Amino acid sequence: MNRPWQPLVRRQALAVWQRNFLVWRKLIAPSLVVHFGEPLIYLLGLGYGLGLFIGKMAGMPYLAFLASGFIASSAMNTASFEAMWSVYTRMVPQRTYEALLATPIEVDDIVVGELLWCATKSTIAGCAILIVAVFLGAVSDLSALLSIPLLFVIGFCFGALAMIVTALANGYEFFSYYITLVITPMFILCGVFYPTTSLPEGMQQVIQFLPLTHAVALVRPLVTGQELIAPLQHLLALIAFGTVATWVTVILIRRRLII
Amino acid sequence: MLSKTNVNAQTPTYSVGDTLIRCKGLCKSFGKLTVVHDLNLAIRAGTCFGLLGPNGAGKSTTLRMILGQSPPSDGVLEVFGKDIRRHGRDIRARTGVVPQADTLDPDFSVIENITIYARYFGLRPDVMQHEIEELLNLVELSDRRHSRVSTLSGGMKRRLTIARALVNDPELLVLDEPTTGLDPQARHLVWALIHGLKRSGKTIILTTHYLEEAERLCDNLVLIDHGHAVARGSTKELIATHCEKAVVEIRDTLNPLQKQAIENVTTRLEYSGDTTYAYTSDLTRLATAIDDLKLEQVLHRHATLEDVFLRLTGRGIRD
Repeated sequence: MNRPWQPLVRRQALAVWQRNFLVWRKLIAPSLVVHFGEPLIYLLGLGYGLGLFIGKMAGMPYLAFLASGFIASSAMNTASFEAMWSVYTRMVPQRTYEALLATPIEVDDIVVGELLWCATKSTIAGCAILIVAVFLGAVSDLSALLSIPLLFVIGFCFGALAMIVTALANGYEFFSYYITLVITPMFILCGVFYPTTSLPEGMQQVIQFLPLTHAVALVRPLVTGQELIAPLQHLLALIAFGTVATWVTVILIRRRLII
Repeated sequence: MLSKTNVNAQTPTYSVGDTLIRCKGLCKSFGKLTVVHDLNLAIRAGTCFGLLGPNGAGKSTTLRMILGQSPPSDGVLEVFGKDIRRHGRDIRARTGVVPQADTLDPDFSVIENITIYARYFGLRPDVMQHEIEELLNLVELSDRRHSRVSTLSGGMKRRLTIARALVNDPELLVLDEPTTGLDPQARHLVWALIHGLKRSGKTIILTTHYLEEAERLCDNLVLIDHGHAVARGSTKELIATHCEKAVVEIRDTLNPLQKQAIENVTTRLEYSGDTTYAYTSDLTRLATAIDDLKLEQVLHRHATLEDVFLRLTGRGIRD
């Protein structure tokens, strides 16, 4: 195929997005229970339970600190799970992509459509926590609304990273490596539960190379009404991760499907 | 050659007789393994063309190349007069595909499977409700329109896949083993559908293992083995060229004398399991000989495509 080296971004990707959206809409009840129920339990349990002992963290109630961190990490988790389990299901056992590739849809449209969907689902998941946090009194500023478009960017970035793993996977078991070795360390280390400044000096350097650090650094100030520090730098870091990962994913998925 | 007066979408750009698919020296290799070797084809518009061959012969790979899903390693491949390497999307927009495996979307109902598929072609299902109804009627699934795909039988799934493949009103239909795994009732229904589509002027290319199916449906055939085209022509031509007119199948155990007697009046003897296949162009002579031998389990029949197939590809099992 005379394919360009860069991913082909076309309107047709929206048909793939729309397919996923229609399926999601059919199963809206269980997915909303997950989106709202999970953060509610986490925030009530950890936010209030631990918050009682911790009091304030980084100048805010622990519940607010945790809620703002969870918004970012749930965007990461939602996009990662969608890009691994769901994408793999559509690619391999369900053969959805085989059906798609018999139409004028191209591999690049599939990848872009799936990533837009990951981003959408992350935004929905993040917003659910945001709404829960508002009701728990953990959101203090209208700037929290700015975190919504940001969630889309975060979802796209993590979706693209996870889809690299999917492109190389030979089964669902393979995803455990990525979850255990990449997602969980980010969840623990990148500032969701405590300020990254409390990490050892060397570790603080390392986590600058992890995208969740930048996601939390942007979402938390927006949600809690604190001052943003170097927002452009964090945003560019996320965009850079997302762009490079999309590129790699497109090339790997092309190689896997067009043989 | 090409009639380029595409008045509207209903009028095929190609008229019967034009070459719709042209392969010249088509090759496909995966590393050192050559799956399709120097394949030459000219498939005419309005005909049904069969790709036959044992498992692993290169049939599906050839279809994938025709759909632009697999870049050819070498050679020319043109569909609708367009180079597949550069115009895969345009070609697929005018083609309907029934893949070998079930690729229906299990998250959707019968009718949703068709509407969502229309969207992939950039069509607007909301303004083509009438066409979608007609498709459901055609494949006799109107009363199952809201059923989930998982509740359909194998035959219904295949019919839905055919309806889905017709949503873009394609000029070319690609059917990869369209009746594999179906019971006889379902198979006859699919054959009737394919006949109807052929009558409506569609060009059809199909692969199959069922040689009876190929005899019934295909105007022209190519038999592929190990990536090479080993024979081509209509069913009649293939039988006339590559096989004796008649076959006698003998189930009795033959002693050497009987064997010799039969061998004397046949061109060829083949053995498979407990059956001896005696091929001849002079059935009367063979029949007389067999009568004399007082054999009991004997079946006289005309040679079929299956005999040609087995003759050219051997009786060994392919995996």
